[in-house]
Amino acid sequence: MAKKMVTEKEALEGSVTRKEEKGVVVPPTTIKLMVNGEPRELMVGKDVYPWHTLAYTLRETLDLTGTKIGCDHGACGACTVIMDGKPILSCLTLTVECDGKNIKTIEGLADPKTGALDPLQQAFVDHTAFQCGFCTPGIIMSTKALLDENSSPTEKDVKQALAGHYCRCISHYHVLEAVMTAVEKRRPSE
Amino acid sequence: MTKEYRFIGKPTPRKDAVDIVTGKGKYVNDIKLPNMLYGKVLRSPYPHANIKSIDTSKAKKLPGVKAVLTYKDVPDWKVGMPLHLRVLDSKVRFVGDAVALVAAETEEIAYEALDLIDVEYEQLPAVYDVEEATKPGAPQLYTEFPGNVVPMGNPWFGSKRAPNALEEIVIGDVEKGLQEADFICEGTYVYENIPNPLPPEPPGAIAAWEGPNTVDVWLSSQGLYMDRVSLYYILKRKVDVRAHAGPCGGSYGSKGTSFPIILGAIVLAKAAGRPVKLCLTKEEHLTAFTLRLGSRMHGKVGMKKDGTVTAIAGEWVVNTGHYCAVTQGQVTVGLGEAQLLVRCKNWNLKPKIVCTNRTTSGWIRGFGGQELKSTFIPLLSEAMEKLDIDPVEFFKKNFVKSGDGYYWRDGDWWVSRVVDFSKAIDKGADTFGWKEKWKGWLKPTKVNGTKRIGVGVGVHGNADVGEDVSEAYVRIDPEHTAMLYQAVLEQGGGQRSNLCKMVAEVLQIPPERVFISPPDSSINPYEFGLVGSRGTYAIGSAAINAAEDAKQKLFKLAALKLNTSPENLETKNGMIYVKGQPDNKISWRRTMGVTRVAPLPRTILGYGRFEPDFSLCNFMMTFVEVEVDTETGKVELLNVVNATDVGQIIDPPSLENQLNGCLGSAGIDTALFEETVLDKTNGRILSANMIDYKWRVFPDLPVLRNVILETPMPSHRFGAVGVGEIVTSPGPAAVLMAISNAIGTKLYSYPATPDKILKALGKI
Repeated sequence: MAKKMVTEKEALEGSVTRKEEKGVVVPPTTIKLMVNGEPRELMVGKDVYPWHTLAYTLRETLDLTGTKIGCDHGACGACTVIMDGKPILSCLTLTVECDGKNIKTIEGLADPKTGALDPLQQAFVDHTAFQCGFCTPGIIMSTKALLDENSSPTEKDVKQALAGHYCRCISHYHVLEAVMTAVEKRRPSE
Repeated sequence: MTKEYRFIGKPTPRKDAVDIVTGKGKYVNDIKLPNMLYGKVLRSPYPHANIKSIDTSKAKKLPGVKAVLTYKDVPDWKVGMPLHLRVLDSKVRFVGDAVALVAAETEEIAYEALDLIDVEYEQLPAVYDVEEATKPGAPQLYTEFPGNVVPMGNPWFGSKRAPNALEEIVIGDVEKGLQEADFICEGTYVYENIPNPLPPEPPGAIAAWEGPNTVDVWLSSQGLYMDRVSLYYILKRKVDVRAHAGPCGGSYGSKGTSFPIILGAIVLAKAAGRPVKLCLTKEEHLTAFTLRLGSRMHGKVGMKKDGTVTAIAGEWVVNTGHYCAVTQGQVTVGLGEAQLLVRCKNWNLKPKIVCTNRTTSGWIRGFGGQELKSTFIPLLSEAMEKLDIDPVEFFKKNFVKSGDGYYWRDGDWWVSRVVDFSKAIDKGADTFGWKEKWKGWLKPTKVNGTKRIGVGVGVHGNADVGEDVSEAYVRIDPEHTAMLYQAVLEQGGGQRSNLCKMVAEVLQIPPERVFISPPDSSINPYEFGLVGSRGTYAIGSAAINAAEDAKQKLFKLAALKLNTSPENLETKNGMIYVKGQPDNKISWRRTMGVTRVAPLPRTILGYGRFEPDFSLCNFMMTFVEVEVDTETGKVELLNVVNATDVGQIIDPPSLENQLNGCLGSAGIDTALFEETVLDKTNGRILSANMIDYKWRVFPDLPVLRNVILETPMPSHRFGAVGVGEIVTSPGPAAVLMAISNAIGTKLYSYPATPDKILKALGKI
């Protein structure tokens, strides 16, 4: 289930999402997408229903439980994943809207071959930038998207990028330390 | 100077760090058992009603539905203290109370089934205020609690020496004390904004029966045995409960009151004959789970000009909502802590616990102490203001000193052996710049046009660092590794890693060679739970003692082989040496019988136990600086300094993290913007989502500094005590004091939202 013979190219092109017949959009029967570099195909009406959120599909259908559901109404950031380079709230995104999308979750950050942590993950480990750890995957994904877009953000930029993330243990200060250390390390030596 | 340790006090990565940053950690809602069903709860739309009729026939017929339960179908199992709340009842007591339970193949089917249950209610009048609830003729929630007053008494808190838990503080002669006072003040002070500690992970549980008398439960909790033992009694001593836990996605106390959810999963799993997961949504978490206690103090205090408190009297009325999980315990600990705050010879402080028609108030970080302090410090401040006493000096003079006595939760009189916290107070005041910033009561530190800056201070301490019993086993293996068997789960403080570090220090092997067993009650010995601040001293002592016991057994074997006595031996990195003779040595491997020709290995098991000790306490003073915009009424928290003395730091980043937690879990911000808004016309909670429930965001972080001293404590061999739990508690009163000083008018109401400030300024 959910992992059919679908190529990377097909997954990134998606199904015939916008196919129209006589002016009426015909809904796709399968959703093709990339998840952590692996092409996936989900059958509508079997693997995915129109009301399934991406968070639900990732966790319940694809067993990627690293993405957490905190509030399930788009207010806490715990479910953040990266879609086509942008951080999105997977609890407010329907899976049927994800045809042809490229998704990255917390499980996809480490090097798939060596298992080596992403330097950002390593910085979180080095700075104990978490307590209970429930909000951490979402925080890391938002930060990762920020760093991919802006390689040398200021602390203010980081705070702004993380404004939608709820952390109740208050690991914010250690998160900022970890992220700014990772930023320093990325900076090419002059 | 503190002792130099090899591992203790040095930062080490958490053992679960990689799991956390890669998403591998399995929180309760990440677990899927084979054949598992999903449970959902039908909840009451009314604050108080009898169920006249309930029809589940349509729901039962829906394909995929495996169990539908009402009060007619469930055993007479009750939770609470004393046991009073049925798992499902013919009566509902708050908006959100459980009416029926459903288990189905998917969550969607379970939700659909809830819609198919027909219920007819007979509405009853509801009551929300503690004074109203105790008046004659008020609506009654439980027949066993006449006048809605819940009896004191707590079977957990008695001890051999003192079988009855503490119920009130009555010491000396209050009338005489009042006569000695230079100033007496009296009034009612409230902290009733019932904030939600709101861990990011919603509460939940999974239950699976194995045979008729054994049930396995997977918990998001703080204590496996606390839950296991409680459930044993709740299930009428007929069922063996095996408790398992993964990491807990935040609790701050609240998940210790998850019994209604756990029981829901248990009864559904029994009825369906399959495992059932019952996890709440965030909306249920905000409307039908645990809030802080409502706290109202009618108090009277007598004070001398030099800050000596001559008498404290009053009634502390606590609103526990519809269900009293362990409020007696919170009240008792709160009363004990009041005596740590003020050295006073004459007391008459009596609590009253009241039930009302809203969701439960219960166990949250601060455990009664924060709720009492947030009313008691404003009362003391009134007298300090009249006598022009600097609050930092007052707290320094009054906080418990070694040799002072107090009644603790077991009702026994304990004499403190604690270090003097004056040094921590002075260092904290210096770091904050208190002397420069404090201009006197109701005087701003600075005025910049329409903006006014003010400072305040609060304090808290708890003698729970040595509460309850802990046991541990440490197994030494020939491979120079050790395994700690202790029923401790990870809830954020890094305790599982820190306990391994303590064992590593005793055995002198690197912490990465010490492992800790999975949190499971069927393989680990008794351990009460990671509650209060008991992780470092109480739980740590059991781990240390078990490691020492194992080491001594190992030395006995080695002594035979080295022709010496065990006392002459020491160990490092898996090698045992005769002291002072580095060449006279034997490896753990050889000692334990592993040789190349005849490998006959053994393992060595040590046992450790900790018995309660209430003679030590922790300490936290929080200084705050706020800026009030007198045009808009908005308050900004600029600076926070937490000052404490912990004896010895175990892991610096874990401790810093916990202290930074003063801003979270219904702490400091309950004085600024955090509140649960209850509509008293219909019993509904209006702040039932994470947009309307306010919380602090990254861009609004204040400058936060922690002053941590390390004066060795007479606790265990590392001289440390825990402190994490108390850090939320001094803040709220400190913020109210700071705002009052900024605007020059006393503010009494939590949280100090802009409307209240503008009102206090006479602008609206």
